[in-house]
Amino acid sequence: MKQIIPNLFRTEYSKMVAVLCKVFGISDIQLAEDIVSETFLTAAETWGKKGLPENQVAWLYSVAKNKAKDHFKREQLRINKINPVLKKSQDKQTELELDFGEESIKDGQLKMIFAICHPLLKTDTQIALALRILCGFGIDEIVSALFSNKSTINKKLYRGKEKLREEAVSFDLPEADEIGERLETVLKTVYLLFNEGYYASNPSETIRKDLCLEAMRLNLLLLENKTCNKPQTNALLSLMCFHSSRFEARLNPDGHFILYDEQDENLWDQELIKKGEYYLNIASSGDKLSKYHLEAAIAYWHTQKQNPDRWESILQLYNLLLQLQYSPAASLNRTFAISKARSNEEALKEALKLKLENNHLYHILLAELYKISSPKKNAFHLQKALELCKSEYEKKIILEKLGK
Amino acid sequence: MKEFMMLFRHIPNPEYQPSQEDIEQEIKKWQDWIGSIAAQGKFKSTNQLGYTGKVVKPGDVITDGPYAEVKEIIGGYIMVDAENEADAVEMAKGCPILDVGGHVEVRAIMELDL
Repeated sequence: MKQIIPNLFRTEYSKMVAVLCKVFGISDIQLAEDIVSETFLTAAETWGKKGLPENQVAWLYSVAKNKAKDHFKREQLRINKINPVLKKSQDKQTELELDFGEESIKDGQLKMIFAICHPLLKTDTQIALALRILCGFGIDEIVSALFSNKSTINKKLYRGKEKLREEAVSFDLPEADEIGERLETVLKTVYLLFNEGYYASNPSETIRKDLCLEAMRLNLLLLENKTCNKPQTNALLSLMCFHSSRFEARLNPDGHFILYDEQDENLWDQELIKKGEYYLNIASSGDKLSKYHLEAAIAYWHTQKQNPDRWESILQLYNLLLQLQYSPAASLNRTFAISKARSNEEALKEALKLKLENNHLYHILLAELYKISSPKKNAFHLQKALELCKSEYEKKIILEKLGK
Repeated sequence: MKEFMMLFRHIPNPEYQPSQEDIEQEIKKWQDWIGSIAAQGKFKSTNQLGYTGKVVKPGDVITDGPYAEVKEIIGGYIMVDAENEADAVEMAKGCPILDVGGHVEVRAIMELDL
């Protein structure tokens, strides 16, 4: 019982809010959320007294339906009292139609993805709203997932919903001619959601995994829709499959990251690698090369540990990726690929062109490149990295490298 | 940061018949050079130009170009951000056009207040 309700909340909250918004519109999302929250409160009370119903999900849907209907009745009564003239037209209004069928739920969730990933909202607001409304995370879980605090998250959620109302964002899929641009924002949010789980040094392994799985679930939802099933949508899922294939291998028993080179390949999930290849193949059908294509291809080559061309291919992909979008991480990874594909000397020449003196990873890379040729410079850059590094765990690793 | 354009000029050699491998090596060299600029966050855009074209002159005179009158052609260009002209020149030094006897023209983009 203790775990049943939170689990149902996680899977059903977003579905119910989505279906309710199909009737209420996104402007009344708060109302939809209130009705669903009340439904879960009622469930906790009733099930606690009378025991679990046979079909808990159906029970939740029907209670939510009734609560929504009651709300509408109350609203009508209120309106009638204020203005009896309106009564007649109100009476004619059809019954509230709420369809909790599978198709209707999917349709609602898809519309919700587009509403929440609306370009009018800031990215961090989109992420917070996505966690709450698309992934059914509780406030405490969002706080922990985003390393934030309750009041910040609550403010973000509140302002995000206000914005959706003020701007009268519609609860519909974008028209065919604007889907491209809107889909880009959606994919970016899904990508960031995944990265939040994959790279953030969040202490909770469960939350990390949940974030990644949720991002993949949303991506699958997009693929099921014809208009959203584009090469870049497949590429993003491919990328996430390759990354998550290393989930078990990249953490040691203390929950700290194990470097790629030192990972036990036997722990890589072959099923997910195959899926990644499958989606990458589909993604290759288009003529547009997105950054997701390139990142997925890089991730693919990382699964090919035995292939001698691996590092040269990775290097060329980073060359292309950086032309699409610069990032310090890609720039450092490119330099590392040069050291693997060519030589430390060539990599060093490139590394010295980068102006990343305030980035501790830059100094770790330089230290690595100087390791054989200059122990003095190696120590100097490790010391620099130590000064700049903020994570206690990484500091420990740097100290080990320094032989301390 | 200031914006610069680099023009790749060279005299094409019609006798040169590169193998598939030659072409791949050539692409790699160019990609490494452009990637190096992009890794510094200084890349803006680039294009290779086709070998044929037309030259339009006053009086509705149109000739086959570009090499009807000049031997040297512009093979392509890259737009970059650089701290100053010296920085742009430094970047140009690695351009693979230099390996085939060509040269790079580094030009600052003029900022116009319109």
